[in-house]
Amino acid sequence: MLQPFLALTNRLKCLLLGPLILLCVACDRAVLNPAGDVARQQRNIIYISTGLMLLIIIPVLILIVVFAWRYRKGGGGTYDPKFDHSTTLELVIWSAPLLIIIALGALTWSSTHLLDPFRPLDPVAAGPEAAAPAAPPLRIQVVAMDWKWLFIYPEQGFATVNELVLPVNRQVKFEITSTNMMNAFYAPTLAGMVYAMPGMQSQLHAILNRPGNYEGYSANYSGAGFSDMRFRLRGVDDAAFGAWVAQAKGAGRTLDLDTYRQLAKPSEKVPPALFAAVPGDLFQRILERCVEPGTPCMSETMGHDRPDANHPTTSGAGAPMPGHMAMPHPGKPVAASRRSSAEPQYPDYPESN
Amino acid sequence: MLDWPLSKIIFGRLTWESFPIHEPIVFSTMVVVVLLGLGIAGAVTKYRLWGWLWREWFTTVDHKKIGIMYMILGIVMLLRGFADALMMRLQQAMAFGANEGYLNAHHYDQIFTAHGTIMIFFVAIPLISGVINFVMPLQIGARDVAFPYLNSLSFWLTTAGALLVMASLFVGEFSTAGWLNYVPVANLQNSPGTGPDYYLWALQIAGVGTTLSAINMVATVIKMRAPGMTMMKMPVFTWTALCSQVLAIAIFPALTGAFAMLMLDRYVGTNFFTNDLGGNPMMYWNLVWIWGHPEVYVLILPVFGIYSEITATFSGKALFGYASMVYATVVITILSYLVWLHHFFTMGSGASVNSFFGIATMVIAIPTGAKIFNWLFTMYRGEIRFELPMMWVVAFMITFVVGGMTGVLLAVPPADFVLHNSLFLVAHFHNVIIGGVVFGLFAGMTYWFPKAFGFKLDPFWGKVSFWGWVIGYWVAWTPIYIVGLMGTTRRVRHFDDPSLQIWFIIAGIGALIILVGIVAFVIQIAVSIKHRDKLRDTTGDPWNGRTLEWSTASPPPAYNFAFTPVVHELDAWFDMKTRGFKRPNKGYRPIHMPRNTGTGVILAGLATVLGFAMVWYIWWLAVLAVAGLFVVAIGHSFNYDRDYYVDAADVKLAETERARLLAGEG
Repeated sequence: MLQPFLALTNRLKCLLLGPLILLCVACDRAVLNPAGDVARQQRNIIYISTGLMLLIIIPVLILIVVFAWRYRKGGGGTYDPKFDHSTTLELVIWSAPLLIIIALGALTWSSTHLLDPFRPLDPVAAGPEAAAPAAPPLRIQVVAMDWKWLFIYPEQGFATVNELVLPVNRQVKFEITSTNMMNAFYAPTLAGMVYAMPGMQSQLHAILNRPGNYEGYSANYSGAGFSDMRFRLRGVDDAAFGAWVAQAKGAGRTLDLDTYRQLAKPSEKVPPALFAAVPGDLFQRILERCVEPGTPCMSETMGHDRPDANHPTTSGAGAPMPGHMAMPHPGKPVAASRRSSAEPQYPDYPESN
Repeated sequence: MLDWPLSKIIFGRLTWESFPIHEPIVFSTMVVVVLLGLGIAGAVTKYRLWGWLWREWFTTVDHKKIGIMYMILGIVMLLRGFADALMMRLQQAMAFGANEGYLNAHHYDQIFTAHGTIMIFFVAIPLISGVINFVMPLQIGARDVAFPYLNSLSFWLTTAGALLVMASLFVGEFSTAGWLNYVPVANLQNSPGTGPDYYLWALQIAGVGTTLSAINMVATVIKMRAPGMTMMKMPVFTWTALCSQVLAIAIFPALTGAFAMLMLDRYVGTNFFTNDLGGNPMMYWNLVWIWGHPEVYVLILPVFGIYSEITATFSGKALFGYASMVYATVVITILSYLVWLHHFFTMGSGASVNSFFGIATMVIAIPTGAKIFNWLFTMYRGEIRFELPMMWVVAFMITFVVGGMTGVLLAVPPADFVLHNSLFLVAHFHNVIIGGVVFGLFAGMTYWFPKAFGFKLDPFWGKVSFWGWVIGYWVAWTPIYIVGLMGTTRRVRHFDDPSLQIWFIIAGIGALIILVGIVAFVIQIAVSIKHRDKLRDTTGDPWNGRTLEWSTASPPPAYNFAFTPVVHELDAWFDMKTRGFKRPNKGYRPIHMPRNTGTGVILAGLATVLGFAMVWYIWWLAVLAVAGLFVVAIGHSFNYDRDYYVDAADVKLAETERARLLAGEG
């Protein structure tokens, strides 16, 4: 009976103990208690940046209170109405924030490049426990639908809805798109969010280092069913992953065109589901907005005058951002040659967005 | 009932179903609002005030009255926007697990959309416009703004937009696509209803008003300063108003363009922002945020000006580092154009682009930090009088510094990837908007109220309001920061994790404390009007002010200054006082003033009709409204009776009366 009350008073106590304690209240949770190395580094950046800024914020907060008290009328502080300029002081007040921002800017530049979601993890970033960092990442295709998440495991040839199972300590490359609404793929314990956009493919490289059950969210409002559009994230060891794959592949249902049409209809609070088989080009067709037979794919309509015009059925998957990349660039042969390779080479940034 | 197609022709898509008969919450609100409206209209009729309202207020071109009307509009809309906030807080405090709360998704989505739209476009912008309108011409020693009729038109167009938003509550629905009406949600295919159309028409009409007003204010500052007031002798508030309005002129066309393209998508079937046929929703995001981020500075810069004026006045000192304050303002103005992409680092623009925008964002913290230090050193060796406006300043500094810190944190892209679209982000921008803009507006209202009405605001209820807002802010938003760090995302209607509930309950309590602050503010105004004789200020300079607005009477006469002041120093009025300025008491001359006109309010009325007709596809009415707009606007251009002279005798009468009051014979 007392427990909730005690928990409440505990929290209220924390509430009174200032922002640092407050951080700790949250620190057993998602963002501040990551299970993956990318999220861990992102959390560290939050700590480092906050620390850097507190170097100046705390003195300022103290000065505000001290000056407000010391120089209140009748408080006995020196009154010098002529004091309205001081070159030395102005140099200090411009350069102090400047120095902090230079430090933070350097951190920003390097960490943004290091943790760019489109960039494969390097061995260090993959975490100390990572098994064979050179091993190719597990590919997972993520589709934000109205309002559920479809995860396709292209190498294993099956798919799930609202359930994502990852082998721990293995790098995963997510290829992300959406069927209609814009959304954001967000598993806070794994890595930061990345937008899922219709007609575009974004990427996220991440790794899960700690087995367990976690929550995944939709992080970008996408209409009526948005609130309950969540997914389960499960981290398991290699053996368990193998067993799960085998189980999934024996699930029976196939994600054929009819089933897909059914699935694509707007629905809410969809329970997790497994599809034992999935057409190899489904993701590419969703991305290029041509799942329905007879609809032209974006790369066909937008690049039909291109010398190496590719079609999802003939080309390898993974052409990034077809909405843009597939556009004819007469003056840019680089783009065309890059497109022709089946798997884009690192670095694999989208050319424009 | 008429049969299709006649009823379709007459009423477009408006049917009985468009009224909220099946939504008890909305329906009862509608009944209350209609009764309230009828009550007010009845009272106005009973006391025969329509003529007075029309002559003195609806048709006025006096910048002071227009400023006051902007403030009234902003405060009324604040009540609406805050009611939305309370409803969201209640929903989020109860909707856990099996409990779905009391709002369905469609209703909840409209509420958070309306809350954001109203708070920015119909609370913050009108309040800022109102303060600039009222204060800036007085500060530069002008008799009115550069284009008085345009000023009236701008105000009424803003009101027209507000009317359309309010109409959407009771007739049809509002957008469910978020405060910037994001596509793809707002695309015709995903939102076939009237919501996004209400949004688009309301904001386009109000946006025209805001743009015209900004042009007007910039022209006023550039052309109408008193003799001797060079740019570097302008009061800081005037500087910040100038920068803010220059920004507004530059950015509103981007928003208007984006909205116009979305309108074409929705009405004509173009494909600018659709998913298929070559459309690109992400382009809409870029365009609205090219407007959106500078808009933050359109709001905060004038408020920085308010804080500067108040800090200097109540510390009994000139502002520390005036020049660096001006440069900081200008630097912020320029940099604010270069940061919009930080609103969607997660879209995948690549590391170099993200780094550029992240670092550009952080750089803004440098001039902003310099400003904080300047206020700090204005207080240093001052003699600080802690009256209400100054209390707001200190609360602002403490609150805003924290909001600034979380803002810079969000500007670091890898941190943003985990915090973006979370409640941490929502807490951050409420931290800077409430702690910055709202606190500053309350400070400004308390500061300049005696100038506008000739009596101070009641300090007791003012303090209740102050503590309600400040404590309420921290109680409401600290838990939101925390749940944001736990990975909770924004715009969520229903949660699974019961351990989060306590935080939302605390946040709800905080919102109730803010409610106390708002109610106390309304009581404060009522009590102050009741006790106006006790709170009367006959000097025109109740706070020992430093700038020109305090040199004239409170409330100022229609012509503001009997003689145009001549400026020699920064803080002109303080300079005049220290040099032993004596008010001239003879040699009055007739004063040239603009004449009132009803054209502004009529045009805005027609624009409202046009918006409503277009929302409901009532084409004949839209055509009529457009025709009406043309006829009235062109007709007005033939009206040559636009100005008049205030008699020298009348000026003398008013100024002698003021001299009598100043001599203490009041």
